[in-house]
Amino acid sequence: MASGKNGQPVVVVTGRGIITSLGASKADNWAKLTAGESGIHRITRFASEGLKTTIAGSVDFVPVEPFCSTELGERMATMVAEEAIEEARIGSKGDFPGPLFLAVAPVEIEWPHRDVLAAGSGANDAVGYDDLLRASASGRFHAIHERCLFASVAEHLAERFGTKGSPISVSTACASGASAIQLGVEAIRRGEAEAALCIGTDGSVNAECLIRFSLLSALSTANDPPQAAAKPFSKNRDGFVMAEGAAALVLESYDSAVARGAKILGVLAGCGEMADSFHRTRSSPDGKAIIGCIRNAITDAGLAPDDIDYINPHGTGTPENDKMEYLGVSSVFGERAKSIPISSNKSMIGHTLSAAGTVETVFTLLTLEHQRLPPTINYKVPDPAIPLDVVPNVARDAKVRHALSNSFGFGGQNVSLVMSREPA
Amino acid sequence: MADAPREAWITGIGIVSCLGEGADAHWQGLAERRIKVDAETFAPYLVHPLAPLDLDKQIPKKGDQRQMEPWQRIGTYAAGLALADAGVKGNAELLAHMDMIVAAGGGERDVAVDAAILTNKPKAANPEAFLNERLMSDLRPTLFLAQLSNLLAGNISIVHGVTGSSRTFMGEEAAGVDAVRIALARITAGQSELALVGGSHNGEREDLLLLYDAGGHMLRGDFRPVWERAKGMVLGSLGAFLVLEARGHAEARNAKPLARLSGVLSERSDRSAGAIPAALTRMWQRLVPPPVPAGIAVISGATGAQPASGEERAWLKTLPDVPVRATGSILGHGFEPQFAMNIALAALALGREKLFPAVDSSGVEREYEGPLERVAVTAVGHWRGEGIALIEAVT
Repeated sequence: MASGKNGQPVVVVTGRGIITSLGASKADNWAKLTAGESGIHRITRFASEGLKTTIAGSVDFVPVEPFCSTELGERMATMVAEEAIEEARIGSKGDFPGPLFLAVAPVEIEWPHRDVLAAGSGANDAVGYDDLLRASASGRFHAIHERCLFASVAEHLAERFGTKGSPISVSTACASGASAIQLGVEAIRRGEAEAALCIGTDGSVNAECLIRFSLLSALSTANDPPQAAAKPFSKNRDGFVMAEGAAALVLESYDSAVARGAKILGVLAGCGEMADSFHRTRSSPDGKAIIGCIRNAITDAGLAPDDIDYINPHGTGTPENDKMEYLGVSSVFGERAKSIPISSNKSMIGHTLSAAGTVETVFTLLTLEHQRLPPTINYKVPDPAIPLDVVPNVARDAKVRHALSNSFGFGGQNVSLVMSREPA
Repeated sequence: MADAPREAWITGIGIVSCLGEGADAHWQGLAERRIKVDAETFAPYLVHPLAPLDLDKQIPKKGDQRQMEPWQRIGTYAAGLALADAGVKGNAELLAHMDMIVAAGGGERDVAVDAAILTNKPKAANPEAFLNERLMSDLRPTLFLAQLSNLLAGNISIVHGVTGSSRTFMGEEAAGVDAVRIALARITAGQSELALVGGSHNGEREDLLLLYDAGGHMLRGDFRPVWERAKGMVLGSLGAFLVLEARGHAEARNAKPLARLSGVLSERSDRSAGAIPAALTRMWQRLVPPPVPAGIAVISGATGAQPASGEERAWLKTLPDVPVRATGSILGHGFEPQFAMNIALAALALGREKLFPAVDSSGVEREYEGPLERVAVTAVGHWRGEGIALIEAVT
């Protein structure tokens, strides 16, 4: 079975790594996820006075001092890449035999950097950009330049792991993690590479990032208790919970994996996408792009909707997302939509933003491996307008051959991935 | 593997800069060596300011214009020009299967809000609480959407209806190279038929000067063309998009090629001494196997940053018969869109069968009146990333 559709290489997964607020490593995360544990907690990283939302799924056990979101993202990415490469037993230390595709939050100068420059400017009273520029021109802040370049995270990872070629940092907002995987799948299908390292990472829980989402009314304000805030598909859902995390996949052509005797952990069978031109933060009311995206992924996998046994939804718990995702799923799957299990990891780990597509792909692969469905927790008040089997509150075993994972993002971004347990 | 690689044509370009908008304005500006530099607004820094645009021509809804910051308006405008040039603007059927790769940085900060916070935070009883309070009340809710990297692509989907796919690459110059490389690879491999690729950059921003001068990379004082500088970049405001198309797709709709995009390669050298010339040589030899043909020129994306531009200059000396032009001397440096811009200018030059004049007295660039059949566009990022594209006339 050297090739799939159109004679292209089949892409399989041979390594996985993951960090969420539940912990580091696959074993830890899977145990807690299937136990229905929440990683959402009160924010202690920064003061929450004056904020409407005071909870998050931040990864506080990876220390970064002084805090820098990009730095945390890079450290988590490094940890998950090590876990994935170790599982895949591919290449040699510092010599990964393929390109890097990284989903990473947009990089920016953060408040601690600005504070350092302001202090370094020697301005006595009013501080303006003139003062900051005077400080930056002094040559004493080279580290801020490198840290705050968009290319820096991928560059450092490429250097450390010895990936090949120019590393690509992709952003499709909250679909980024899925886009990174899609880029890897496409590169292997084109025959450019036998393997690819695909990583999604996000360490964005800082005051300004939280406030940005808060000002768009996207976040849950059900702060008490934190563990109950994320309520995907519930009638009383009131927004998503910001979270951090990272995940990595080693993708490989089936032939390459077989030739070196690697254990095949799943098949990245199909990728689909479709952009929405309706609105910057909302989906077209007819669901056209979501429906097209899901259909494209299933078609790309050479499957039909009836073949899908489980859905790992975007499932953020915002009123809008869950309503539109239901429209998309019910349109594609018809009557079967009610009976296909669909459970949102975000009910437990929150929304890991740029990392979500990668994190949830790893969880979907673990679902396929263990033939066990993680639950949607906090499902106390079903929404009659969303009649789905959300695997309410308790994990359960199931037979899953093919699974779908959805990722949607601001800017009309929609990406769906189809994973299979075994090569067809 | 699938079939033999397919040919990709450039069937549209959309460009805006300090020279104005569109092919003719750029050709004329380059022909006149028109250097437009603003040395006052951001003194002691220099900038090549964007020529005024009549935004209504490409972004008809005022509501859309208001939702964007300048970098998004520049890009959305340039994308509209490219779609119109390719004859696909408003063609819902084609736009629905058009793939898009945008190379983008991030959007403008509200510098007034930043300055007020930096001034008053140290005096506040609880500085962290003060930061929360000010950001909660002073940030415009929609500013985030104007800052998010992928929202240039989002705006292009909304304003122009490009919906086949939408991906945004981040990472300064290298993102611009890889966006074109991946768009081309998808077309030649049969993964895509029609693509919009490019980016935009607003160089008239103090927050960007802050970032790049922290690295010691900005030119201060008197203006000099790129090759004449000891070191230093001058920012430019650029928007540049290309419509790339599988040859068969273009022929089926009677679209004419501006040029062929024959290859794009990128590398990540470790920037040790000599690494840049080695990377450029490897890519050059794959794209332009020896002997060097007649009628070839280099359009360079040299930034003026060192050691990057010095090493590129040393490499160019190994190609003594190839005329060179660094467009940064006229347009300024625009990071993400620079590569697409230079590919567009290469297509223009090939269409006019001649190279535009030199802007350099240091000896790198020399006048060239000979025939022009192919152009290699180089990119050596100010910090990381190297790339070369080969653009050829379709005869």
